[in-house]
Amino acid sequence: MNDPTTPRRPSLGWHLLLAPLALAFALPLVWLLLSSVMSDAEINRFPPALWPDGIDLSGYRYVMGNALFPRWFANSLIVAVVSVASNLLFGALGGYAFARMRFGGSRLLLALMLATMVVPFQLTMIPTFLVMKWLGLIDTLGALIVPSLVTPFAVFLFRQFFLSLPREIEEAAWIDGCSRLRVLFSIVLPLARPALATVAVLTFLTAWNDLSWPLIAINHDTMYTLQLGLTTFQGQHHTKWSAVMAGNVITVLPVLVAFLLAQRTFIQSLTSSGIKG
Amino acid sequence: MSTLPRALTLPPRPATTPAEARRAARRRSRRDRATAWAFITPSVVVILGLSVVPVVWSLLLSFRADDLVTPGRWVGLDNYRALVQDPNFRTAVGNTLQYAALYVPLSLVGGLALALALNRRVRFVGLYRTLVFVPFVVSATAQGVLFSFILDPDFGVANALLHHLGVSRQGFLSDPGQAMFLLVLISLWSGVGFCVVVYLAALQDVPPELVESARLDGANLPQVLRHVTLPALTPVTVFLLLWQLISALQVFDLIYVTTKGGPLGSTTVVVYFVWQQAFQMFTAGYGAAAAYVLALALLVTGGALRLVRARQGRVEGGNS
Repeated sequence: MNDPTTPRRPSLGWHLLLAPLALAFALPLVWLLLSSVMSDAEINRFPPALWPDGIDLSGYRYVMGNALFPRWFANSLIVAVVSVASNLLFGALGGYAFARMRFGGSRLLLALMLATMVVPFQLTMIPTFLVMKWLGLIDTLGALIVPSLVTPFAVFLFRQFFLSLPREIEEAAWIDGCSRLRVLFSIVLPLARPALATVAVLTFLTAWNDLSWPLIAINHDTMYTLQLGLTTFQGQHHTKWSAVMAGNVITVLPVLVAFLLAQRTFIQSLTSSGIKG
Repeated sequence: MSTLPRALTLPPRPATTPAEARRAARRRSRRDRATAWAFITPSVVVILGLSVVPVVWSLLLSFRADDLVTPGRWVGLDNYRALVQDPNFRTAVGNTLQYAALYVPLSLVGGLALALALNRRVRFVGLYRTLVFVPFVVSATAQGVLFSFILDPDFGVANALLHHLGVSRQGFLSDPGQAMFLLVLISLWSGVGFCVVVYLAALQDVPPELVESARLDGANLPQVLRHVTLPALTPVTVFLLLWQLISALQVFDLIYVTTKGGPLGSTTVVVYFVWQQAFQMFTAGYGAAAAYVLALALLVTGGALRLVRARQGRVEGGNS
């Protein structure tokens, strides 16, 4: 944080530069929040009000009164939570095997897995759709969960982290007759909090924010995720902007709260996984 | 060593014969191999089944005329030949390149400038950093819905502000001449934060002694930036260039939510074209061929950048 190029001097100049810049980034989100509590009259005139006269929650009431919106929220939550849990479990299991255990073909498998990390989504989306159709999962949450049960990213990240841990503790336990599973769960994973946090945070963000795969895999509106629901909601109610913005706030809020609570972990995950991966 | 009292080291207990011990070890390692396979099976099934298999399947599809419903037929390279002549595909490629040519350099330069500005100890700097980064966690869908509202020609706040400034009403996303530039701006709003965070992390690793000695030698701030800071950031810049390029060439969600490729096809990008062909027109083989062209382009850029990076590594290694 310490920049030696700037000797200590009055920092007012920096504030005059940085404060408006930071505000410019925040402004669209401030407007999102403000417009979600405006009344229809305030929004639907030109020029619109720039500040609401009072807090009007009719937009939120409209959204939550909608038969489908709470359902979309639940769908998104189910998909995101299951993806996080399964990526933690299967990612740790796979990563541990690749880091610590010897088996035939492990190198080839690892290389193949790493190669799939650079495969762009649009190359796999058509056959993945066909696989999901064959499994009978189209139009179910299963179609959204199965392809993201475990990602090569999670396996690789856990492997790298386990390689950085000292072997000795595990080996002592293993020689004492502990099973691999027990070594992993009671010795290794408690030491792997940073890796667990990184995988959890990035999996949640990806699962919650995705639009393109739900758009392909889901047709029936009861199975929509929040992101998919929000776009159709906008299309159907585009004269009811306060409700659309209220729905948008509800869509953004979970990741925003998660980010603000775990900002440090979040940023560390992005920079470390990004640069090293 | 020989002076150490030998009695302190206990001889191994001869409880089992060597042959028995070897057998036990073999049994154990066989069991361990089975455990290893049990550990990796879920990952292997999901990742190979839904990544490696689809890559091959996509290639086969691209040689077929297939609507995903009725059985298709083999058409060889016809899909690729048609792509070359398809004006819509050419437009999509052009739009994608235009988007990438604007978004990638601007996000890198903007990210670096912001990171340099934010890399100092002033009060509230943590708050400033948070505000710059927050749009990154907002989904493309939410961004699209929000900016459709802000830029709405009739009710949007953007036109209201222009109105206050005496500027006439703009079409924004409904204007073919403006839509692509606005999409780049929206992407920058959310994407610059990522570059800032990565550059900020990298700036911590620039050795302070280097900067200090350059200053003592009489270098001014721009010179320090040019000859010390920027060279130290090169690996990170190459990484960001690759990362941003790959995400720019794959842009889809934001366009689906805001313009649906319009107006007049001015924002139809390659992935949008692929999605349309496969899931709207039901010409999946044709869509797969377009996806393969894009993937190949990504592979080539990725490979080229890796080469540059490797050469840089050699040059740096040679210097030190």
